[in-house]
Amino acid sequence: MLSLVIFLPLAVAVGLYAVPRLSDRVVAWSWIVACAVDFALVIAMWIGHGTGDGISYEANVRWIPSVRAGYHIGVDGLSLPLLALTSLLFLACAIYSLRQERQVRAFAALFLFLQTVSLGLFAALDLLLFFVFFDLSIVGMYFVIAGWGHGDRMRSALKFFLYTFLGSLVLLLGFIGLYLGAEPHTFDMVELTRTPPLAGSAGLGGLVLLAIGIGLAIKTPTVPFHTWLPPAHTDAPAAGSAILAGILLKMGTYGFIRIAMPMLPDAWRRYAWVIIIVGLISVLYGALVAFAQEDLKRLIAYTSVNHMGYIIVALGAAGAVGDQAARQLAVTGAVTQMVSHGLITGALFLLAGILYGRARTYDMGRFGGLAGGAPVFSGLVAVGAFASLGLPGFSGFIAEFQIFTGVIGSGGTAIVVVGALAILGILITAALFLRLLHRTVLGPPGELTAQVTDVHRSELGAVAPLLVLSVIIGVAPRFLLDVIEPFSAAVVSLVAR
Amino acid sequence: MMSENPADLLPELCVLGAAVIGLLIGAFLPRSRQWIVVALCASGLVAGLVAAVFAARRADLMTFGAFMLDPVTHVTRIVVLAATLLVVLLAIGPMRGHRRESEFYVLLLLAALGTITLGAASDLLVLMAAYLLASIPGYALAGFGKDAPGTEAALKYFLMGAFLGILMLTGITLLYGLGRGTSYQPLPAELGTAPGGAVMVGVVLLLAGLLFKAGAAPAHFWIPDVTEGAPPVVATFVTTVPKIGAFAALYRFATEALPPTTGDWPLLIAVIAAATMTLGNLAAFAQDNVRRLLAYSTVSQAGYLLVPIAMAGRTDLAEPALLFYLAAYAVTNIGAFAVVIAVGRDELTAYRALMRRSRFLALSLVICLLGLVGTPPTAVFVGKLLMFGAALDGDYTWLAVVAAVNTVASVFYYLRWIMPAFARDTEPVGPLDRTAQWTAYLAAAGSLVLGIGSGVALTIG
Repeated sequence: MLSLVIFLPLAVAVGLYAVPRLSDRVVAWSWIVACAVDFALVIAMWIGHGTGDGISYEANVRWIPSVRAGYHIGVDGLSLPLLALTSLLFLACAIYSLRQERQVRAFAALFLFLQTVSLGLFAALDLLLFFVFFDLSIVGMYFVIAGWGHGDRMRSALKFFLYTFLGSLVLLLGFIGLYLGAEPHTFDMVELTRTPPLAGSAGLGGLVLLAIGIGLAIKTPTVPFHTWLPPAHTDAPAAGSAILAGILLKMGTYGFIRIAMPMLPDAWRRYAWVIIIVGLISVLYGALVAFAQEDLKRLIAYTSVNHMGYIIVALGAAGAVGDQAARQLAVTGAVTQMVSHGLITGALFLLAGILYGRARTYDMGRFGGLAGGAPVFSGLVAVGAFASLGLPGFSGFIAEFQIFTGVIGSGGTAIVVVGALAILGILITAALFLRLLHRTVLGPPGELTAQVTDVHRSELGAVAPLLVLSVIIGVAPRFLLDVIEPFSAAVVSLVAR
Repeated sequence: MMSENPADLLPELCVLGAAVIGLLIGAFLPRSRQWIVVALCASGLVAGLVAAVFAARRADLMTFGAFMLDPVTHVTRIVVLAATLLVVLLAIGPMRGHRRESEFYVLLLLAALGTITLGAASDLLVLMAAYLLASIPGYALAGFGKDAPGTEAALKYFLMGAFLGILMLTGITLLYGLGRGTSYQPLPAELGTAPGGAVMVGVVLLLAGLLFKAGAAPAHFWIPDVTEGAPPVVATFVTTVPKIGAFAALYRFATEALPPTTGDWPLLIAVIAAATMTLGNLAAFAQDNVRRLLAYSTVSQAGYLLVPIAMAGRTDLAEPALLFYLAAYAVTNIGAFAVVIAVGRDELTAYRALMRRSRFLALSLVICLLGLVGTPPTAVFVGKLLMFGAALDGDYTWLAVVAAVNTVASVFYYLRWIMPAFARDTEPVGPLDRTAQWTAYLAAAGSLVLGIGSGVALTIG
């Protein structure tokens, strides 16, 4: 069933090409139907998995037995929320792209391909399989930016490809380090988690963690590896940005939780402070730079750096000494933040795309008073902005509250200082989102305000469910937390080994 | 185990027979019936391939005291024969009706035969003979077009080959003197007691010839000129097939003939590998001619292929890494060249809007070029994975890092070629070569299948 979920989008993509002369309408609707079916299947898996610990829907087929790599997939409390997020966000992008006019079939096929790749990555239980999907996500996104982007798209796409590809190769070296460190040599994540490799040699463990850390940090991205992100986002099409921020960035943090923490627990604990500080710098730097942006998409891109920073801080704190329950809370918060950021930032990027579609610019200074002509659009922007700054009642609050409580509760004075500084990041984010609302939605009309008409049905249908779900998680988060908590308890005890 | 049974050389005999009979009947057939020779050569290759696959299932064997039948030979045989078969397919279009059509195929087969012998030889003198058999048809092929660039390419190829061949012969003489024999079996023990400096000089001189065949620095200068000047089909052949034999020979020499005490070997080869991949990549950056670009890309690939050679004997991963990478490289490189032959133009601009002209050809180009980068799930990815693994397991982390950085750098020029293919405006359209088009599809699919099915391939090899 899991394989079906993963490969259904790819099969539909191939099908779109196998049938000759499909009209754009048919292509767009079959894309939506495929995404909807896939989403429904993921929900069914969620119900089937329940709230238990451990892996369900496991499949393990031999692939390259001579290096003990296999097609090993399964879902647990970490992958389920991300699988659900992936299929929902891709569905939203499919609906949003109903108004797409340029090369619809290739666009749909590419997104379906990316969906398979993302789902596969979050379900992979084998390092090599994980890497295959990790690398293919780069290739897919490269073609999305280069083919359907705007502005200086070739340059941005190239920068994105080179930078993240470098990250992936460093990651691969780290994986090979894990493989060679394990006795017997294996790429299987479950086995590597059960008996962590390189347990005896601190130096090598640190080196492998460095390689894996850099590889994942580029993808996440954390400061100082974030410089590919703003141009890639600015020049990508709206749906591409939403996927890039909502799904592809999660691959980095997912890798930290899935691979780095349980497989290199010694090294993770030893370098927990480095990780916390990198996360903290990302939080503050991302927020401050975002505050200075005039370009709406660059602003959202930098808030992503900020939001991913909270996750890194939480994961680092999970490796620090301290109260077990607090560390579990931090990990749960980090996973919740991954889901929450995917929903909210995905929605914000789609909204930015609507703005660009009308006025052909992201420059906030040329808008103003949008609430008059486009009330629904303005309302969505306002909801998105409040959700992103972590207002209670939205998913961001649930996530960040758990992260801060967990971080502050998990250690001594030093970590409390970190927590306090990170909260400063929230303050800056709040200020910048209020400034955004002031400059675009409220105030006197700008020169381009007249061009911005209100949202179409398809746009509303794409953005609204994401924000509604964010509110649902903000008000009644138990259904999500019940799935995550057994996993975070397990991962915290694995790190503490 | 020793034997002197000619049947053990059945694959080679099939190729030789096809070449000799093809040459004879080609001289008597009218030009419109030359296809008979093509069919004969192709069936010789297929028969050889079948025989080689069956031979691969038998235990290791030494025939005639100089020809080793082990996994390295089996893979060399299979890959060389399959690659030559693909080149024959590619040649059908461009060579049809050529006045020396049958000679062309005969020369291809003889060079392939020399390459197999190169990979299987476990005697220094046989190695030299194989070097000559693999090289001389290549010189003739390079000048086959009889045009100015072709002649220049052939001359350059020949002069470098002859010069480095002499050096190689000198090295062999020296090693013969030091090791009191040319067969690999007694060499390690004898060389172990000989003066280390003299052995190293002999080894370096021997390397000159093998690196020339492998297309590695510093003996790579012929590659761009031959690739650009020779007919495209010949360029495909000389950048793919001789490499296979050369790397197999290097690996065999490192594991069978060198005494284990020769401590400088890994470092020497590792430095050559790093220099080769870096030089190849740097030179490829600014190329606007796709054949020159591919030429430098093959140089950088030779650098990656040298990594397992450097790690020979230091890790169990070296042999599968080398053999799998060779197969992966051969199919992917031929695929990329097949696209060039199908389009029939060499400038990067001629690939604008290729997507419009043939969707599958553009897709094959993407698969082959990203395959050369090492993007999963293509075959070169698995080869690179094993190569990185071999370097790390052999404690040459710096080499793995250099290879990784080079891989990232190589993305840049491959993308320069891929991107125009998706442009929306159309150039004036020329006809595409149909057979080359299908060969490109075949090679691209082969690269994917070999990558996804790498588990099966690795258990056999």
